[in-house]
Amino acid sequence: MSIQLTESAHGSGGEQAATSHLLVPGELDLSHQVILYLDGISVSFDGFKALDDLTLAIDAGELRCIIGPNGAGKTTMMDVITGKTRPDAGTAFFGQTLDLTRLTEAEIAHAGIGRKFQKPTIFESHSVFENLELAMKTDKRVRRSLFSVIDDQTKDRISDTLRLIRLAADADRAAGALSHGQKQWLEIGMLLMQEPKLLLLDEPVAGMTDEETERTGELFLSLAGKHSLVVVEHDMAFIEQLGGKVTVLHEGSVLAEDNLATVQADPRVIEVYLGR
Amino acid sequence: MTTPFAIRFLEATPRKGQAALAGFAALVLLLAVLHLFAPPGSPLHVSGYVITVGGKIMCYAIVAVAMDLIWGYAGILSLGHGVFFALGGYAFGMYLMRAIGHDGVYQSSLPDFMVFLDWKELPWYWIGSEHLAWALILVLVVPALLALVFGYFAFRSRIKGVYFSIITQAMTYAFMLLFFRNETGFGGNNGFTDFKRIAGYAITTPDMRVTLFALSAATLAATLLLGRYLVTSKFGRVLTAIRDAESRTMFIGYNPLWYKLFIWTLSAVLCAIAGALYVPQVGIINPSEMSPANSIEIAIWVAVGGRGTLIGPVLGAFLVNLAKSWFTVAFPEYWLFFLALLFIGVTLFLPEGMMGLWRRLRGRIAA
Repeated sequence: MSIQLTESAHGSGGEQAATSHLLVPGELDLSHQVILYLDGISVSFDGFKALDDLTLAIDAGELRCIIGPNGAGKTTMMDVITGKTRPDAGTAFFGQTLDLTRLTEAEIAHAGIGRKFQKPTIFESHSVFENLELAMKTDKRVRRSLFSVIDDQTKDRISDTLRLIRLAADADRAAGALSHGQKQWLEIGMLLMQEPKLLLLDEPVAGMTDEETERTGELFLSLAGKHSLVVVEHDMAFIEQLGGKVTVLHEGSVLAEDNLATVQADPRVIEVYLGR
Repeated sequence: MTTPFAIRFLEATPRKGQAALAGFAALVLLLAVLHLFAPPGSPLHVSGYVITVGGKIMCYAIVAVAMDLIWGYAGILSLGHGVFFALGGYAFGMYLMRAIGHDGVYQSSLPDFMVFLDWKELPWYWIGSEHLAWALILVLVVPALLALVFGYFAFRSRIKGVYFSIITQAMTYAFMLLFFRNETGFGGNNGFTDFKRIAGYAITTPDMRVTLFALSAATLAATLLLGRYLVTSKFGRVLTAIRDAESRTMFIGYNPLWYKLFIWTLSAVLCAIAGALYVPQVGIINPSEMSPANSIEIAIWVAVGGRGTLIGPVLGAFLVNLAKSWFTVAFPEYWLFFLALLFIGVTLFLPEGMMGLWRRLRGRIAA
């Protein structure tokens, strides 16, 4: 028995060694144009299937919208991608080589996936400037944080982002004092400071005025191409502004995937949204 | 080009804070000089009691600041910090016991309680305890190791809030029971006492009293400077971010485990240093220091003074302990009732403690 165990351990070690040249940690391999590939993901909570054999691929530089009724599994899908929830079955690949189901939240963030939550979560007692400083892509280990100083380069990057999210005048205000729309923008700014390759945005325009929503759309369109974006939204006008492909989730798997007009005309989609 | 670290470290404390520390140093010096040189009977004489109580409360203040670093800034409420304080005290107490030499009741080279138990030789963990340097290493390393191991498993399992607090209570209680046993080799419920000398100098002289008093003051000042540097550094900003929105910090790439573990272990070590300074001043260490009530009292000092400020816990430690010194003489049976009332009152009406009250008053005057 013990001999068998030793042998199998050797076997798997050998296998790993043979493929290890592919797995450069933190390096994103986009050689096949696909930045995110979810294959057969299933997650259940106490018997409830939040995700059921979900398969989805996002291309590099793509701007993808995801819609679906409440409980369709949109947030759970984001939880799986960012490592918050481990799937019961299936694989999630970032690029060709990074298996997201084996990485921690922090490792996934370092690999280049940034997430904006449904409810804006910013650091309320920190200033707007500090929120961006904390989010900025850098060495985030304890030792560095203990001795780090804010240099000019950091200041420049932060003020660039402050301008982009139109909060330059509010840099020193406590983030908790911002309006709801401004908090959403700050969180988007924090995402951008991380220089992610893939942005996951959960209802980014919820609670925004029409004008703010339109500006957000412009911002996202300018980011597409350089970044890949996955936007979960209910606001159809906003999705129309963004253009691009739309994926409809229903009961934990993909129901339809096409441009908005085609999806909206799909009888199954209409059934799901109206037929209950 | 870049500012040297030592300067950045000191400049983290604002001018007002530096001035306050200078004033504090002057006061300590004055008390020390008056104790040593003003003759007893003169109105200027400062008694040994004042020096000892002052030194003792400064040790408590160090513990309060250490507690605030994890509770006020990282949002982790420990109700077991007494164990680190006591372990530091015991580690130094081992040295003090050995320094008694043959002057104990039984005139043996072994500490009295071991003779009483009929032990013939020192247990292995007492080896080397006759060296002051080794004792000082133990003071730092033993509590640090306990904090590191306990913290690693607790934080890795993402134990938070009230669950964490309860586990820390259980930990200090378990250690208290362990140290109550005679077989543990730390003097059972009597603990260590009857100390005679440190590094060859008698422990009850005014000189030694003042030395320990000044060392406590210096350690408290250093703790405040270190605390100020930490909470104004990026490390401190990450820590408060973890306190306010932990999952967000993870998604922007910080691993809270190492941040919490660092501040937790540092806090434990600060408590241990305070414990080591405390024991020679009060002349005794026993397992009651590890009782759950003692650890809860530490949290009350911080709550009364004001969480999330560094000076608040110092004020809280002084206020509560001065009140305790007076109460336990005047109305000994009512002290715990008073303490409970104080805690409930502060929680209901002054959630930010005395510092919060001060800020509100200042705001009202300004308005």
